[in-house]
Amino acid sequence: MPSHDGVALIEARGLQRSYGRVRILRGVDLSLSPGEALAIIGPNGAGKTTLLRLLSGLLRPDAGEIRVLGEKLTPGAHDTRKAIGLLSHQSLLYDDLTLRENLAFAARLYGLGQPGRTAEDALRSAGMIDRGAELPRRLSRGLLQRAALARALLHSPSVILLDEPFTALDAAAAERLRADLRSRLAGGAAIVVVTHQLGDVWELATRVAVLIRGQWAADEPRSESVDAFLGRYRAMTDG
Amino acid sequence: MARAIRLVLAVAAKDIRAELRSRTALLSALVFAALVLVVFNFARDPTALAAATLAPSVLWVTFALAAMVAMNRAFTVERENSALDGLLLAPVSREALFLGKLLANLAFVGTVELVTLPLFTLFFNVSLWPHLPGILGVTALATIGFVAVGTIFSAMAVRTRFAELMLPVLLLPFMVPPLIGAVQVTSRLLADRPLSEMWGWLRLLALYDIVFVTLCTLAFSAVVDE
Repeated sequence: MPSHDGVALIEARGLQRSYGRVRILRGVDLSLSPGEALAIIGPNGAGKTTLLRLLSGLLRPDAGEIRVLGEKLTPGAHDTRKAIGLLSHQSLLYDDLTLRENLAFAARLYGLGQPGRTAEDALRSAGMIDRGAELPRRLSRGLLQRAALARALLHSPSVILLDEPFTALDAAAAERLRADLRSRLAGGAAIVVVTHQLGDVWELATRVAVLIRGQWAADEPRSESVDAFLGRYRAMTDG
Repeated sequence: MARAIRLVLAVAAKDIRAELRSRTALLSALVFAALVLVVFNFARDPTALAAATLAPSVLWVTFALAAMVAMNRAFTVERENSALDGLLLAPVSREALFLGKLLANLAFVGTVELVTLPLFTLFFNVSLWPHLPGILGVTALATIGFVAVGTIFSAMAVRTRFAELMLPVLLLPFMVPPLIGAVQVTSRLLADRPLSEMWGWLRLLALYDIVFVTLCTLAFSAVVDE
């Protein structure tokens, strides 16, 4: 993972996005330096998933700008896109390819040397080395989530975008994921994690933000207990 | 350039591997082609029209309909688990993605056409073998163009609610020029006419290929990127 000391790994300014007449994001700013992890919480429909899709480059903002490693994020900015890893609600895996084939194909897309070995390493890291020959459609929800995480993190991205990463994971897999993310943060990555289960990521997060109706209602360093923060969060959403 | 070629081949190989495992599109298209030939065989009146007169049109209508069945799957596999997002997230040029999908579709449609040819000779009692190099040549020339258009329309249609219905509606009008050209050349080939009589149609087919492969490659980004 390349070092980017002192440079914001990802920076967004004035992000706005609508679907038809419905305004989803209303001017969101964000900046993350190496080693920072931002946990985002918010009610359904607040724009959390849309924000992640914008930050990954899958959606274009109606207004505003996103920079990754100082470069504007566009479909043609290959070095910039290579720095991003996204875990979305879907696994992004092909049902008719085995896990090993899926991961090797992803390695080829990212131009990684020795795709076969990269796939094996990713399977081993995910604790799925014995399941490489299985098809995604035959996996349980938890195993599929682990495979999707392996695919998202395969190319050692500097900017890691995670949408509900702990969904369906058992306790051991969740702890393995936390350890992996901690190690990536220590290595200079930045993480944006969207979750409804703040407790899962509380110890990992360096900052916590609340997104309500497409705007930040809070964005602050993690400084209190998760229960205290959730108490304030409930007050924000009730209001 | 070398990386672009590797990516094109990787995308094509991925599609072919997935298809060989599921066999959904190939088997459906082959069965469909056989059924179309059976229907044409029993629907025609052999006393009113000679098989050789009708054969080129029947062959190309069969190819066209079977190709649409095969191409429908090109992007439905990308819809499962939002796999297309995985392609678009990667640092890969959209041109390489398109050419990879096109290559895989050419392999599927080409396979269907190769299996359909002997069935066609069987049903219509038309001997293609003396003209086989010419038939294969015109088949390749016509197929490249309409498969390029079909690939991009498949990418467009997959985002609609009725993707399977949308592809034929979008594609058929664009298939008319290569189908006319291919039928004309096939008729002349089967009638042992000289090459000079086919030259104009062959140029039309080649022009169609160049124009639409280029246009579709360049337009692909506008279709898949938000």
